[in-house]
Amino acid sequence: MSKVVRNKRSLSARVGGLFFVLPSIITVIIFVYGLILWSVNVSLTNQNSGAKKEIEYIGLKNYTDLIADERFTHSLSNLVKFTIVFILGALVTGFIMALLLEKGIKGEGFFRSFYLYPMAISFIAMGTVFNWLLNSARDEEAGGLNLALQKIGLGFLQNDWYVSEKGAMYAMALPAIWQMSGYVLALFLAGFRGIPDDLREAARVDGASESQIYRHVLFPQLTPTLLTVLIILGHISMKAFDLIIGINGKSYVTQVVAVYMWEATFDKRDYAKGTSIAIVLLIMIAIVVVPYLRYNNKQQAYR
Amino acid sequence: MSRDIVDLVTAKSDVRNSKRRRTGKEKFWLIFRYVSLIFIWFLVVMPIYVMVINSLKGVKNVYLTNAFKLPEKLDFSAWSVAWSGTDYFPQSISESMTRTLFFVIQSALISAIIGSINGYVFAKWKFRGSNFIFTLFLFGMFIPYQAIMIPLVRIATTLEINKSIYVLVLAHIIYGIPICTLIFRNYYEAIPNELIEAARVDKASMIRTYRSIILPLSVPAFVVVLIWQFTSAWNDFLFAIFLTGGSPKLSVATTALNFITGSSNQVYYGVNMTASLIVSLPTLIVYIFLGRYFLRGLLSGSLKG
Repeated sequence: MSKVVRNKRSLSARVGGLFFVLPSIITVIIFVYGLILWSVNVSLTNQNSGAKKEIEYIGLKNYTDLIADERFTHSLSNLVKFTIVFILGALVTGFIMALLLEKGIKGEGFFRSFYLYPMAISFIAMGTVFNWLLNSARDEEAGGLNLALQKIGLGFLQNDWYVSEKGAMYAMALPAIWQMSGYVLALFLAGFRGIPDDLREAARVDGASESQIYRHVLFPQLTPTLLTVLIILGHISMKAFDLIIGINGKSYVTQVVAVYMWEATFDKRDYAKGTSIAIVLLIMIAIVVVPYLRYNNKQQAYR
Repeated sequence: MSRDIVDLVTAKSDVRNSKRRRTGKEKFWLIFRYVSLIFIWFLVVMPIYVMVINSLKGVKNVYLTNAFKLPEKLDFSAWSVAWSGTDYFPQSISESMTRTLFFVIQSALISAIIGSINGYVFAKWKFRGSNFIFTLFLFGMFIPYQAIMIPLVRIATTLEINKSIYVLVLAHIIYGIPICTLIFRNYYEAIPNELIEAARVDKASMIRTYRSIILPLSVPAFVVVLIWQFTSAWNDFLFAIFLTGGSPKLSVATTALNFITGSSNQVYYGVNMTASLIVSLPTLIVYIFLGRYFLRGLLSGSLKG
């Protein structure tokens, strides 16, 4: 049927579509793919300072230099720590929120609206508050979160937060979890409610307990949602930039890859290094996102 | 036929079994759920609460040790200082706010028009290879923009457009193409093909079909894209800091705020909190009044919407 319709279409109809999106296609090809290649090109040269000099190609030297660069490996290990805590934290928090809401409860709309509002606020604005609240002073001098912890009898949880080398990245993950849990909630809520009610009812009729229904009937159905959540959180985490800047600026202790790229580019005018860091970041993200796009594409085709 | 994702999230689920008398165990779980929900609610609201109450304490009386305490008397002086500055606090955000509003609205409008045309073609006028090209678009949505930033800054500098705010208008339009196309495409996919086919039989041209059938149906998708582009451009820091080089003449809401709350003004916490609140207000207001549309934009970023 669709074949017949297609054959009936005039040539102008078939090419017409392409004609209207061509400007966008060209723009995307130039500004996304072209500029990526341009970045790769810069990363293979010796443009290591703002000073003008003969541009030479030095192969992968900038990349091998990164491996030996203590500041880069530091920012990479910071990013790994941050990513693990952030993904786990946001996943668990968002999932719990969804569990609490999924059956429907009076006032659900109220809770849901509040749980989602952090997504509308910039990391920079929120960073100002967290920069202040996560102050490292303790006990008598304590303020902000440390003081709040004392007040509710959890004084032993007082912390240096983002100041000390040891726990800084874990502390940084807190505001990130705060900001992104709502997103996870929304995805899981949609996941739960996409499961046909019959499945639940059938299990109930078969005499399954509520916890068995969750474990054996509902949770397995959420695997695609879980995959989506992991990809989304993963790529947001790897790109972490304004969240970190908003709270702690360019400080060494909490530097991650994207922030280090900014420092190399802006402060040192080391464009070759800046681009090679950016390309490493791009590859890391592509490894996660490209399979997801292909999976998504296949799903679309079956629909 | 799968149900719409935003409907799923916001579904008015029948509060199940509410008519039946609850057993003791069910009552316990209901109370447990409410206690947990309220506890999480406090955690979620806490930062915005801190912003609001500390913005009402004036310029001088804000200390970390009383960060959670309500103001003893209302004092709005921090608002006027944050908005227009004074001699000891020269930085203000009024100018950057106006500038941001100006550029954000323009880029959102143009993005929406481009997205609508693209989405229409990718949903209803597929051509050979259109699915592949669409996937290429989508990848552009996930890339870390650092990977294109240095060449982009070079282009902007060479063309000397980095001295005007239009550099940000352009950047947000260009890099907004993927998500705007995606939102419109998903929306148009749901419009029955029969509508389009009927028009085709009538020999209506592609443009006429768009104008007379698609466009009148597109209002909700336009709202979604406008809100999405408005919010993401308003909250953007990465493009702003790279493309304007932190120049005060081109500061936008986020860069101005980052400058204000940076190390130099660490004493004026009240002003910092107020400035953060003012910068957050436009997107918060949009969220409060058009939350459902915001949610759709948000969820389409996961390719599920």
